Amino acid sequence: MSSWPLLSLVTFLPLVGAGFILAVRGEQQVVARNARYVALWTSLITFVLSLFIWFGFQPGTAQFQFVEKATWIQSFGVSYHMGVDGISMPFVLLATLLTPICVLASWKMEHRVKEYMIAFLVLETLMVGTFCALDFVVFYMFFEGVLIPMFLIIGIWGGPRRVYSAFKFFLFTLAGSILMLLAILAIYIAAETTDIPTLISQQVRLDPGLQLWLWLAFFASFAVKMPMWPVHTWLPDAHVEAPTAGSVILAGVLLKMGGYGFLRFSLPMLPDASQFFTPLVFALSVIAIVYTSLVALVQHDMKKLIAYSSVAHMGFVTVGIFTFNQQGLEGAIFQMLSHGVVSAALFLVVGVVYDRLHTREIDRYGGLAATMPRYALVFMVFMLASVGLPGTSGFIGEFLVIVGAFQVSAWVALLTASGMVLGAAYMLWLYRKTIFGALTRPDLKALVDLEPREKLVFAPLIALTLFFGVYPAPLLDIMAPSVENLIRNYELALQPGTLPNLAALPNLAALLP
Amino acid sequence: MDVLIVFLPLVGAILAGFLGKLLGDRGCQVVTAGLLSLAALLSVVVFFDVALGGNARTTQLFTWIDSGAFELNWALRVDTLTAVMFCVVTVVSAVVHVYSVGYMAEDRSIPRFMAYLSLFTFFMLMLVSSDNLVQMFFGWEGVGLASYLLIGFWYEKPSANAAAIKAFLVNRVGDVGFALGIAGLFLLFGAVDYDPIFRAAPGEAETVLRLFGFELHALTVICLLLFLGAMGKSAQLGLHTWLPDAMEGPTPVSALIHAATMVTAGVFMVCRLSPVFEYAPDALTVVTIVGASTAFFAATVGLTQTDIKRVIAYSTCSQLGYMFFAAGVSAYGAAMFHLMTHAFFKALLFLGAGAVIHALHHEQDMRKMGGLWRKIPVTYALMWIGTLALVGFGIPGLGIGFAGFYSKDMVLEAAYAAHSAAGGYAFWLGIAAAFMTAFYSFRLLFLTFHGPTRADHHAYEQAHEAPRVMIWPLFLLAAGAVLAGALLYGPFVGEGREAFWGGSLLALEDIIEEAHHVPFWVKALPMVVTLGGIALAWLMYLRRPELAPRMAERFRPLYLFSFHKWYFDELYDRTLVQPALRLGRGFWTTGDGRVIDGLGPDGIAATARVLARRASLLQSGYVYHYAFVMLIGVVVLVTWYLFSTL
Repeated sequence: MSSWPLLSLVTFLPLVGAGFILAVRGEQQVVARNARYVALWTSLITFVLSLFIWFGFQPGTAQFQFVEKATWIQSFGVSYHMGVDGISMPFVLLATLLTPICVLASWKMEHRVKEYMIAFLVLETLMVGTFCALDFVVFYMFFEGVLIPMFLIIGIWGGPRRVYSAFKFFLFTLAGSILMLLAILAIYIAAETTDIPTLISQQVRLDPGLQLWLWLAFFASFAVKMPMWPVHTWLPDAHVEAPTAGSVILAGVLLKMGGYGFLRFSLPMLPDASQFFTPLVFALSVIAIVYTSLVALVQHDMKKLIAYSSVAHMGFVTVGIFTFNQQGLEGAIFQMLSHGVVSAALFLVVGVVYDRLHTREIDRYGGLAATMPRYALVFMVFMLASVGLPGTSGFIGEFLVIVGAFQVSAWVALLTASGMVLGAAYMLWLYRKTIFGALTRPDLKALVDLEPREKLVFAPLIALTLFFGVYPAPLLDIMAPSVENLIRNYELALQPGTLPNLAALPNLAALLP
Repeated sequence: MDVLIVFLPLVGAILAGFLGKLLGDRGCQVVTAGLLSLAALLSVVVFFDVALGGNARTTQLFTWIDSGAFELNWALRVDTLTAVMFCVVTVVSAVVHVYSVGYMAEDRSIPRFMAYLSLFTFFMLMLVSSDNLVQMFFGWEGVGLASYLLIGFWYEKPSANAAAIKAFLVNRVGDVGFALGIAGLFLLFGAVDYDPIFRAAPGEAETVLRLFGFELHALTVICLLLFLGAMGKSAQLGLHTWLPDAMEGPTPVSALIHAATMVTAGVFMVCRLSPVFEYAPDALTVVTIVGASTAFFAATVGLTQTDIKRVIAYSTCSQLGYMFFAAGVSAYGAAMFHLMTHAFFKALLFLGAGAVIHALHHEQDMRKMGGLWRKIPVTYALMWIGTLALVGFGIPGLGIGFAGFYSKDMVLEAAYAAHSAAGGYAFWLGIAAAFMTAFYSFRLLFLTFHGPTRADHHAYEQAHEAPRVMIWPLFLLAAGAVLAGALLYGPFVGEGREAFWGGSLLALEDIIEEAHHVPFWVKALPMVVTLGGIALAWLMYLRRPELAPRMAERFRPLYLFSFHKWYFDELYDRTLVQPALRLGRGFWTTGDGRVIDGLGPDGIAATARVLARRASLLQSGYVYHYAFVMLIGVVVLVTWYLFSTL
């Protein structure tokens, strides 16, 4: 298997499927049915192929694996360079896992099915490509390309305010990305290469003064993607308007690209600047956790509530990344993966009742435990995972982040941990309002419990949530060498110590005339 | 065997939870209660083997988390402390399982109930058999989950839902402290397993760390954070508000979780971590003061409550305070002793109260009871035993008495023997609480069983003794409430204590030894005030019932203060809950809506529209306008060119 271009296969197979769907002609019904099946099979095969990456992956090394390299634009030294390490590999699987689930969850979609399925398959290619790309130019193309299908998914298959939301999403993200493009150009000019492994291996050392600007440019892009406070306002709108599967991908994979960006670029390429800006990141993250949790408490719309909770959970991630220690970083990565599964599942959970009643108004529900006991159980599992109950995957990430943060600052750890209480408050409240209580409305009494297709959608997600809660070792083992390597390089780079910490700046200012 | 004890309840929970339809109601009851009884039998065997035979051991299962130095396994550590808890938990749980067969007979979701009960037991056993702090945290939050599910078992009731959420959230506040405490221990010791921490603790006794911006004694801060967790779980003053509300759950739940087992987890934690707490004397002082204050506070509230279950709930809260101040003065053996006896008599009281409630068709208000002893004499007798055990009835000189007599007196004597300010504080508040305990316990007994009945005629006539499946288990608890103190005094706090506890508890100073040599008046005083309390209750509720309302009228402010539980709920609602919601709304509409979006995307969009409209005005369509603008442009360009070349 190792001689195969496995990463390229996994990346571009969905495009082939999309091509097939494009070629389907005939009556609308037939086209729709064929499109669904082709999309499902393509994404399933892609997932199976991606399992070969998982099983073929050599743990215990921080090297990039499954590397493919071909010269692309010779005059600029740009090459088609793909590869995964312990940090990016799990994200590839997350993307390939969620896509078939999305296809399955959208089985009842009737509006422009063909285009819808194509959009999702294209999206999958771009997502996988983002996590595999080892050349800046290639990475940027994938990273930015993701915007387009997502923009279409929200704008075409979204709710009533879909156009506003789609544009808001697009503009926010694009504004950040343009700055990132400039930063990439600047790095190319300074280092004369766009090869990521070269850039992060400390062979190239960028001037610390330049690093600050580059870091901010990257930050603009990643902070929007995460999203971090205060550039998070596109997310609730986008989630509310997006169709269920769109929300799943958005929360499950797209948000992780920001965190991945920090891990892949900001930390290793710009170590001095990363250290310099750590207080800023901590401040924004802690604000995000407290602020958005409080906002989530007063939401009336289920999806908005979960969207705000995502912002809070991503606050944990950014805290973890910038602790620069093993527990914090692994916690952050684990939290991203866990959140990818759990929040995706929560949006699916909302989708189940939305499909039946076409409303996400929390007050419209209540007492579903009586008519939909299985649904109540599924919801319960993900609610608890979102709350970070030990034994679910949500706990591992959160807890490691808190342990990591405590080593850096007890205050940051305390404020981060306050998210545990607030998170429990809004999730339990949501659960109580929808599932518990007396069943009074007639239309709720008529609701049917999960159908087999829906069970099929949830089963793998529940299994993953519980399995990695009790036995997270496989994931932690995979990421450990890469994270250790990241920390080692980071610390090596800081040895000369040229930039003071942002917190120390007042003292510095006092020294100036 | 240890593995079996812990996982049998989980098997029961899974069977009842997922195959409930297949097994049927009766099947679920048999399976869960059967497995639990088996676990209880095995626990007794383990108790003899480990506690009396001295065979402490740890079973490693598999890796849980491995992140750099942060490394830990799923493991079952069984030493004397765990063996004691195994017995307490499984015996009470088995009794409650059997009792529930009768109590919940008319419920619609029996399998769900039995599954939750077994699930709770599993988490509790994981908690007490943990070998590291994170696994303890797993059990800790797990029992919190089970408690949440069981309090909200009748999910149609809004009050039950509210109580369930409150319980979870208040506990979470404590758990934040617990989590940070674990993080702190890891920072200090680079480990979260007990053994390395316990070994290294003496060496870190003087360490000062920079935490929260101050130079602080590391172990004190860490122990206080951990204790915050214990306060939440064990409903200590400040974080106690969830416990009385938790009485919304079915009564067997109150007996198992909110009296005998889960709420004692905090005490267990302090005892388990005694090798760390011992090196943080300031933290222990805090433990003592909080415990004593809770014992006193809860007793004052218990005086005036009218709901039979709430009285017992506050009594639990108060007794937990006793356990904490015992631990606070380093008398861990006494704390565990009281924990064990309390489990028996408090479970007995709760289940007895359940039988009363059952007899009156779910009436819990004591003002609508009275005169029931004729109707339900067996329950009446059992309640007497429970009450006498709770007030600690016995003869000081001879050392004969009910279970509570031995343990409570031991606790008070230890507090006295500590000879510290905090110990004295605890002793005197403990004495005051003992007086009030006697009063409210007998008030409960008199109001429920004596005097003319205040129940409505129909309900009173219908009142009947509970079915045998509910009464028989109570005899087991009653036996414990009578005998446990006398039988286990020796190994827990008497001569055999060192051999018994082995290495599972650590006290730098042997307070218990000193407690054996306190003056006689210290030993006698609790009994004296108890008799006083009983006499006062007898006077106010039997002899001259008109006294009670007169007293309430006379001391109205005090009465209301007690009746409204010192206004803690109102305080928290105004200072925490409402502001949080207001902040949330403010952040949402003003922060997100007006400021961020207003200045950001929406503002920019609006500005762009305005600019575009202005720009469109320029496009007039007249050629000479354009020509003029072009001319200006040319002039500007030429000027700029000239200047720049100069």
